[in-house]
Amino acid sequence: MSYHFNFAPILAQWPLLLSGIGLGLLLALVSIAIGSLLGLVVAFATRAPSRWLAGLAFAWISTLRNLPILVIVLFLFFGMPQLGLSLDKINSFILALSLYTSAYMAEVFRAGLLSVPPGLIEAGQAIGLTRSRIQRDIVLPIMFRNALPAFGNNFVSLFKDTSLAATIAVPELTYYARKINSETFRVIEVWLVASLLYIVCCYAITLILRALEKRLVLEAN
Amino acid sequence: MQWDYFFDQVLSHRDALLQGTAVTIGVSLSAIVAGTLLGIAIGVAVTYGIKPLRWPARAYIDIIRGTPVLVLVLATFYISSAVGLDLGAFQAGVLALTLFCASHVGEILRGALQALPRGQIEAGRAIGLTFGGIFRHILFPQALRYALPTWITAAVEMVKASTLLSVIGVAELLLTTQQIISNNFLNMQFYLLAGLIYFLIDFAIEQVGRYVGRRLDRPARRTT
Amino acid sequence: MTPIVEVRALHKRFGELEVLKGIDLVVNEGEVVSIIGSSGSGKTTLLRCLNLLEEFHQGEVRIGGESIGYRQRNGQRVRASEREIAGQRAMTGMVFQAFNLFPHMSALDNVTLGLTRVRGMSRRQAVELADHWLERVGMRERRDHRPAQLSGGQQQRVAIARAIAMNPRVMLFDEATSALDPERVGEVLETIRSLAQEGMTMVLVTHEMRFARDVSDKVVFMDGGRIAEQGPPATLFSTPESARLQAFLKTSSL
Repeated sequence: MSYHFNFAPILAQWPLLLSGIGLGLLLALVSIAIGSLLGLVVAFATRAPSRWLAGLAFAWISTLRNLPILVIVLFLFFGMPQLGLSLDKINSFILALSLYTSAYMAEVFRAGLLSVPPGLIEAGQAIGLTRSRIQRDIVLPIMFRNALPAFGNNFVSLFKDTSLAATIAVPELTYYARKINSETFRVIEVWLVASLLYIVCCYAITLILRALEKRLVLEAN
Repeated sequence: MQWDYFFDQVLSHRDALLQGTAVTIGVSLSAIVAGTLLGIAIGVAVTYGIKPLRWPARAYIDIIRGTPVLVLVLATFYISSAVGLDLGAFQAGVLALTLFCASHVGEILRGALQALPRGQIEAGRAIGLTFGGIFRHILFPQALRYALPTWITAAVEMVKASTLLSVIGVAELLLTTQQIISNNFLNMQFYLLAGLIYFLIDFAIEQVGRYVGRRLDRPARRTT
Repeated sequence: MTPIVEVRALHKRFGELEVLKGIDLVVNEGEVVSIIGSSGSGKTTLLRCLNLLEEFHQGEVRIGGESIGYRQRNGQRVRASEREIAGQRAMTGMVFQAFNLFPHMSALDNVTLGLTRVRGMSRRQAVELADHWLERVGMRERRDHRPAQLSGGQQQRVAIARAIAMNPRVMLFDEATSALDPERVGEVLETIRSLAQEGMTMVLVTHEMRFARDVSDKVVFMDGGRIAEQGPPATLFSTPESARLQAFLKTSSL
């Protein structure tokens, strides 16, 4: 095989690639924020005294986890306008990603809740704290610390999932990679660069989150 | 609402939908089987391999897992044809999913193997088993039980990821759905239907996994 | 008297740290030898050298007359092949502190694994032999139980059956009762004692001084990687010579 590598045409497009990464990160950040809030509500709902509400929360988790994200994206973007709910492609994609990740975040928070030792809650009761005080000052902070590593994994997955926005022409990294692919025909180079950029970003996110984790753990001590 | 029209359309596209579902299941199954076999080799290499084996296996896992599946699918599809490998969309898609699956299985197996207590290896050595025997009879069966829940999750992920093959033109369930929609414009209804079918497949895998998991935990009953 | 275990000038290092500084020891057929000493004295390491779970750097270990683990090739000391070492390990049986039963197998299958895979027995032969030994340690009725369904003492008795069913030349016990609840120690010690009375050759690393005194033909006191004192239990426990042994015996309850 005598393939002559030529990265110049791809690297010449670096502003596009960079803006693609920027948009991807933005999509992931907004979606994880909305998805986490939603997931927190769902996580508490799974432990609600009302069986009906808890069942609904479990159904939410099970349904969204077992649907392909691409189907959710296409359903929201192409299907919802039929019900009179039209969102532009970016907002529609953010909604899809937020709903999808809310199921995973709910699981993360649920596991975090379950890992709060009952003895700590009893200790709170023993010093006379109210139920809501115990939730706010004891359960939530411990839950968040426990949830942090899984939260990081979810965020990295979510960032990779932003590549799906390319299918509804949201101009993120994968979209530009396909564009450059068809314009320059430097096929191998384009995809090498694209996946390298994703890998580097995922790695950087992981490092940042790990540093954050360490700081939080130290603070806790 | 056009529900009557929708049911009409479902009936008239029944064969295409069944065909698409079959392709989805076929693609996923092939990728899961091939990816699991390759993943086992990679997981073993990463955990017990000598350095020249361990290092590339580790790099493989990190690189594939750091790349979005869609990029993997597109890259495999375009690059394979660029280098003159005439794979076609179907084979390129299955290859991409297999590579993806293998990286996950490799990492899952590594985690499971490393979680096993060291005493298990020593007890195997003490009764005179070689490493091959220890791996086959002691480590692997235990790692399998340990890894099963995560492996089931990976299998569900594979079915979900198979939708990405629609982007390179493999007529699996999602692309079939899109083709039907382009005729009748029933976007919402047919995406819902596709979602329902995917949910049922994934849910079924989960349930089978749970059932198998319970059986594995039962005490052995085999005697002579 | 035929020597079963012969250890000569054994040296073992962990990196810079020398943990065995020249051990000489002979265990004759049918003898029960207890190794005592404080933690860090090297007693467990010595035991693990006898079945090659630890490598050693100088000296020689013979089991039943065969030098194990290493061979001379062109004047160089090289480690034997994995297959050879596996075969040599099967000449000894080991019982671990943490039992190390295989959790995915029934008690019966724990015992038969080595018989079928190492000794090459048929499944029927292996089950027959395993049943015999499980009966012997009082675990026959529970042969279909998984380790998780057994108490610590029961697990350890299965582990003893697993080791002894292989028909080893010598049984090695590495603090076999240290991980047990106090009320379970007795049943395991009883099992070991009855095997000893039948003439099984044994080397025990133990903290149970009373048991060591009652059951052993010889007691070896290790200190700082060396054998500081050895002899019949009556002499060693009643008239210890070295100050170290006197101090050690004072802190351990007899």
